[in-house]
Amino acid sequence: MISRRQLIGAAGAGAGGLLLSGCDKIAASPSVQALLEFGNAGTRLAQRAVTDRAALAPEYSGADMSPVFRVNGNATPRSSDYARLLAGRFADWRLQVSGLVAHPLSLSLQDIGHMPARTQITRHDCVEGWSAIGQWTGVPLRLILQQAGLSSRARYIVFRCADDFGGTPYYESIDLIDAFHPQTILAWAMNGRMLSVPHGAPLRLRVERQLGYKQAKYVMGVEAVESFAHIAGGKGGYWEDVSRYQWYAGI
Amino acid sequence: MSDPAADPAPKGGDIVRRHALPVRIWHWLNALSVFVMLMSGMMIFNAHPHLYWGRYGANFDHSWLDIGAGHIRIGPLTIPVPPPIGVVIHGRLFAFSPILTIPAHYDLAGARQWHFAFAWLLVVPGLLFAVWSLVRGHLRRDLAPRPAELRPRHMWHDIKDHARLRFPTGAAALRYNILQKLAYCAVLIVLLPGVVLSGLMLSPTMNAALPWLLALMGGRASARSIHFICAMGLAAFILVHLLMVLLAGPINEVRSMLSGRYRLPRERAE
Repeated sequence: MISRRQLIGAAGAGAGGLLLSGCDKIAASPSVQALLEFGNAGTRLAQRAVTDRAALAPEYSGADMSPVFRVNGNATPRSSDYARLLAGRFADWRLQVSGLVAHPLSLSLQDIGHMPARTQITRHDCVEGWSAIGQWTGVPLRLILQQAGLSSRARYIVFRCADDFGGTPYYESIDLIDAFHPQTILAWAMNGRMLSVPHGAPLRLRVERQLGYKQAKYVMGVEAVESFAHIAGGKGGYWEDVSRYQWYAGI
Repeated sequence: MSDPAADPAPKGGDIVRRHALPVRIWHWLNALSVFVMLMSGMMIFNAHPHLYWGRYGANFDHSWLDIGAGHIRIGPLTIPVPPPIGVVIHGRLFAFSPILTIPAHYDLAGARQWHFAFAWLLVVPGLLFAVWSLVRGHLRRDLAPRPAELRPRHMWHDIKDHARLRFPTGAAALRYNILQKLAYCAVLIVLLPGVVLSGLMLSPTMNAALPWLLALMGGRASARSIHFICAMGLAAFILVHLLMVLLAGPINEVRSMLSGRYRLPRERAE
């Protein structure tokens, strides 16, 4: 025998399930997805329109820094190549600058350290909702792109990373507005020390007007491209490919 | 609301024109957008169900609000709460149960798409309505409390009538009463602008565009707290609003917001 309580519970669960699957079905329909995409494209265009290209993300004082800066994403790349580089204190590590550039570069950490550096205390905003403030020192990306002689055909900069999720390499991409922004740096130091492994040693991207998943860690390569449609899943980044996170993460 | 001068001495039982067309259009667009915003917003909150004050805030920092399994903590107070708040499903904590959220499962990326697309439906018609309300005198004529209405005696009288569920009848029902005016003004002047401006300040790009607004909010973690408080204020308003519609006669009330035609409640036989 089924008790009344069980019956009511089952009916409730059934109705709830129908409602839930109904909502998710509506959401999954191509026309709804197109509408949402349209709204999100509007957000990017509107934000670009009202924000000066060179407008700076807020910078903070040393007193504003988070006591503990949360580690997110991978805390250490699993590849044996990375382990070897780490064991050699990144002496054999090279940043490959390639793609649509006149002079492909292969830069050691020492080369990068000798380039002009920018230090900034900025806020890192995770897409999940938490924020942490830290100090970053690194070379402005535009100096590297200028040294490599960026082609006029280049529209995006892709960052190839040493870490992976389940065998899928992490990567990210930004447009040239952000690539040439004064606060966009390839950071090799954090809070006054050489970058630690959990925070992306030896080099990570800081693109301060976007969310945390754009701040690629363990950067191994910088590639100038015309389009990222043919790279990995084609959406311009690891999370964009696997979870439909928006490529434009200014919001 | 109709102008009483053009419609001399309407009485209980009369059909009158009540809501102007822009009010009706905006009401329903806003209802749709606010529901989607609240439901997708709760999903986004589920990704990090902690709130902080100040410029930053993450797991190691001091939060003022947490939603955990079966409880809410606000400052030193821990309050047990029933579902649909603080439920655990297959080992994952949902500060707000999936029956309340869009999408109806854990999907931060999807919820953000809904939230940012429907934000346009909140903001664009909202701005048009605000301009219309100011230019055509809706705000001044229908919504702004009059000094006499703000007298404690009048307010107390209205509160007592509401508590007894005695709503205005006849020509008195043509105007919003003082509690309605205060509730609508709180929504239009405080909660909706507050939720939009604090929401904008959660965007790192908009922080670069409007750093003064971020400073005014007291930092990003504070903006997120303000965003949540305004959203919960709107949710509380909606609950009371729906309850009042039910108590005041849902068919007549909904008809008046659809067609603009409203039957004035008959005077009570005293």
